Amino acid sequence: MEIIYNKTGKASVVSVSGRMDGVSAPEFEEKLSAWIAEGETSFIIDFGSLDYISSAGLRSILVTAKKLKAKNGRLLLCTLKDTVKEVFEISGFSSIVPIYESVNSAVEQI
Amino acid sequence: MSKIILPATIEHLENLVGFVSECARKTGFSNKRLKEIELASEESLVNIFNYAYPEKSGEVTVTCFSQKDTLLKIEIMDKGIPFDPLSLPEPDLHADLSERKVGGLGIFFIRQMVDEIQYRREDGNNILTLTIFINKAV
Repeated sequence: MEIIYNKTGKASVVSVSGRMDGVSAPEFEEKLSAWIAEGETSFIIDFGSLDYISSAGLRSILVTAKKLKAKNGRLLLCTLKDTVKEVFEISGFSSIVPIYESVNSAVEQI
Repeated sequence: MSKIILPATIEHLENLVGFVSECARKTGFSNKRLKEIELASEESLVNIFNYAYPEKSGEVTVTCFSQKDTLLKIEIMDKGIPFDPLSLPEPDLHADLSERKVGGLGIFFIRQMVDEIQYRREDGNNILTLTIFINKAV
């Protein structure tokens, strides 16, 4: 898994590539947690290059989304590949975290 | 039949899942089904890493029985405390963000991604068997 952070205007765009599994998901959670502690409150997670996600990955997203909600912040996801989107849909996560088709359409929401 | 035996710790997740994925690829599954099989395997293995050996370290054995272009049977065995993952409750899939619990999704994904699932306790072993057919019966 690789995580790239880009600050564009009001939003922080975090691009995650590779696999978000039981090994790498805690790293995602720690990085986001550190950025939240630095005062960032709006994140767009670009999953365009993410090939795989497991329940450990969903857990790290849920924990992050809950932290941000407590700070009136926002977590938006975008550009999910089909296999990743399937995991969000069958788990019901697509109804608790907003998902957009492109980075731009997510940025417009911030 | 092919088999891999490794310590039951998260550091070995990638090797174990990679092993299953390679068996599934040789069986003839599409890339999409490979990801689903990897997901069911990871969730089964992580349960073992977390629960099987609370006080000592132990191993996990993954055995793949493959019938080319027909089916893959994955047997995941540990010698840990008796633990039937099928006994775990289903998560509430409709809770909103504040209500949604962290966890409980692992067994749900295993059930969703495989066609047949069986648990048995035999000679001090937990044995979970996952079967996936190339042509899913609808």
